[in-house]
Amino acid sequence: MVTLNVNGKTVKVDADPDTPILWALRDSLGLTGTKFGCGMALCGACTVHLNGEPIRSCSTPISAAAGKKITTIEAMHASKVGKAIQAAWVKHDVPQCGYCQSGQIMSAVALLASNPKPNDADIDAAMSGNVCRCGTYNQIRAAIKDAAASLKA
Amino acid sequence: MTTAFKSSRRDFLKASALTGGGLVIGFTLPGAQRFAEAATEFKPNAFLRVGTDNRITVIVGLSEMGQGVLTAIPQIVAEELDADWSRVRVEQAPADEAYANPLFHTQATGGSRSVNGHWDPMRNAGAAARQMLVAAAAQSWKADASDCRTEKGVVIHKSGKKLTYGQLAARAAKLPVPKEPKLKDPSQFKIIGQSVKRLDTPLKVNGSGKYGMDVRLPGMLTAVIAHPPVLGGKAVKVDDSQAKKVKGVRQVIQIPQGVAVLADGYWQAKKGRDALVIQWDDGPNASLSSEGVTKMLTAGVQQEGKVARNEGNVASVSAAQNVAAIYEAPYLAHACMEPMNCTASVTKDSVEIWVGTQSQGPNQGILSHVASVDPKKVKVNTMLLGGGFGRRFAPDFTIAATVLSKISGKPVKLVYSREDDMHGYFYRPASVTRFVAGLDANHNPVSFHARVASPSIMEGSGFMKLPPDGVDSFGVEGVKDVPYDFPNLRVEYSRQEPGVQVWFWRSVGHSQNIFFSESFVDELAHAAGKDPFEFRRNLLGKAPRHKGVLELVAEKAEWSKPLPQGVHRGIAVAQSFGSYVAEVAEVSIGSDGTPKVHRVVAAVDCGYVVNPEIVKRQVESAIAYGLTAALYGRITFKGGVVEQNNFDSYRMLRMSEMPKVEVHILKSTEHPSGMGEPGLPPLAPAMTAAIFKATGKRIRKLPINPDELKA
Repeated sequence: MVTLNVNGKTVKVDADPDTPILWALRDSLGLTGTKFGCGMALCGACTVHLNGEPIRSCSTPISAAAGKKITTIEAMHASKVGKAIQAAWVKHDVPQCGYCQSGQIMSAVALLASNPKPNDADIDAAMSGNVCRCGTYNQIRAAIKDAAASLKA
Repeated sequence: MTTAFKSSRRDFLKASALTGGGLVIGFTLPGAQRFAEAATEFKPNAFLRVGTDNRITVIVGLSEMGQGVLTAIPQIVAEELDADWSRVRVEQAPADEAYANPLFHTQATGGSRSVNGHWDPMRNAGAAARQMLVAAAAQSWKADASDCRTEKGVVIHKSGKKLTYGQLAARAAKLPVPKEPKLKDPSQFKIIGQSVKRLDTPLKVNGSGKYGMDVRLPGMLTAVIAHPPVLGGKAVKVDDSQAKKVKGVRQVIQIPQGVAVLADGYWQAKKGRDALVIQWDDGPNASLSSEGVTKMLTAGVQQEGKVARNEGNVASVSAAQNVAAIYEAPYLAHACMEPMNCTASVTKDSVEIWVGTQSQGPNQGILSHVASVDPKKVKVNTMLLGGGFGRRFAPDFTIAATVLSKISGKPVKLVYSREDDMHGYFYRPASVTRFVAGLDANHNPVSFHARVASPSIMEGSGFMKLPPDGVDSFGVEGVKDVPYDFPNLRVEYSRQEPGVQVWFWRSVGHSQNIFFSESFVDELAHAAGKDPFEFRRNLLGKAPRHKGVLELVAEKAEWSKPLPQGVHRGIAVAQSFGSYVAEVAEVSIGSDGTPKVHRVVAAVDCGYVVNPEIVKRQVESAIAYGLTAALYGRITFKGGVVEQNNFDSYRMLRMSEMPKVEVHILKSTEHPSGMGEPGLPPLAPAMTAAIFKATGKRIRKLPINPDELKA
């Protein structure tokens, strides 16, 4: 049994300590909004926040989350930045297939939380670890800028 | 693919008969709550319901893989229904013949044929319902139907009396379904042609949308398969003693596809698989190499092939100048963001699957054989697709999941790891094409001779056979149909089979053949000393729609205006799937030889446009997909083993590499044609033509090798 804090709740997971956070979330806790894309931290589909920092949950074992807070896409509506990003995503109709978008949103929220007014280079740097096979990058960029503006207003 | 599928087809009007017995619809948009059904519903056909609460539910049998079909199809129905768009919801249909694509004769999504194939049936479905609602209003008012009109979900009598569709639903449900409902004049369209918001967006920004990967059933086991490293290989000795000791591992099952480990979850199954000790017999493909593939295909274009098209006599032409070139493209994986997966629950006489699939109809047939059940007893729950691009037309993962559920007696979710997905074969074929063309003394083309050597998708797919002329239509599409005025023209196809399973990949044959043919046309323009835009335009006298998009893109990209220092333009035009797209790419070359595409301007003619923004996004998406392939895409083999494993060795385009994209849509009143794929083919030739301008180096082999472009 490993104790985790997920989206503000303390939960017990019956899994080996080497189990990646991704599979604890998806298979043990039924939080399927976080996606499996590559298993090697190469695509960003599995991005969640660990104490507010974006991490690749497919390659981070649950043992590394002890005493830390895991936040997933399912809780994004509860944060001011998360809400602004989701609203901008809807406004720009960003997703196509949508599979990478949970991870894109988690990276974008972490970016705006630490840098409220990112320029294009900041966005490239923060988002370059998130692959989108549908090529929604231009809409992601526009939505991030829009969310930044809405938070400033 | 038209002739491919022989499952019996019911057309729309027969489908409406289904409703007499009450069409059972037990499935909703993956992730969305099923909308509460009103006590009395009006279900004129398999495609829509009108609730007494005025809610309109459009039931879509097509698969949403990002292309916007769950929005575009409801738009078509809602238009003819004269619905209030804000009351329209969408629901995913079950697998049923009623949802067959008329162009496939089976329920499937692909070939850019969704709006194209369903345009008439969906218009009819909406119009029939509207006519019945009007008749119901007229009946209740004891008025003449011709004195009634409709607007935004309301029937209005000329006296000003009004009844909503919801109020009329119960009465309309008792009326006969009109056989030939009157359709709107397109000049009256209010919802078709509007960039309404996608109906699936909210589900995709909060994690609630359910993809195949997200399915969870009580008692379900997760399976991971150790596939043979070489396709066609077999496990000859399996030691599963360590695998079975892994916590959570429940069963190890050997099936023709490999050795499967079934466990409580993915991680346990994967750990179990890692602990297997398997001795493989590599089988007949053990010596397969990419060098061997290139050698076979290159030899293929040196010999005469089957004739795909022959006009005039290329052999009789004596040209002032001959231009010849050989082009090559590699095998490609689709690399959908969501690795292949399927959840199956098999009983003695039924199969139920939950899956992101493009081929519900074919799967019903195939799985009925796999599990020895009646095809009608194969229930398909279509989940959201984390990318399709043709890959999810294949049945490898549905078959394996079904077999594993049948043997284990449990519901099984089969998950491919990224590496399994990458090694999963079903690749876009490698291809080599040789061109020879002649120019006369005035630099006008007098002959064009192309020979394509590639594996046959028709034969490889298992869905169809090569026609008697021996020409694979996917193998030559994009070369055979060159639109230019070449007085003597010959295209040949030489089937070569290196032994790799080939498959449909976004835009299929056009994905490499338009790169070949449009690049070669650029070579001809250069040899003729002419501007590549003007050269093409002068040869498109018999191809007005090609010419239309070519001229539009040149205008919008300001073709003749100078660009900043170091930036160069290239242009290409193509028809695929009935849609016409021209693109201008603006490219510069880094000091390390890396090409950077700054901007792509596209012009599109796809007939009537249902949702302009979705069309534009599909072009942008196809450009990203084509650019990824042009820069990085390559599946190679050594000793029969695929050398690419994950996104480190099979790279994807990233945000910093995404060009600006500008899409212009030509106004057209032609029947709508699809847009999921046609944005892709012109990208590579437009880009490499720009590279030629920048460097003088002609790219004849993809992916682009930056080392060759260093200054």
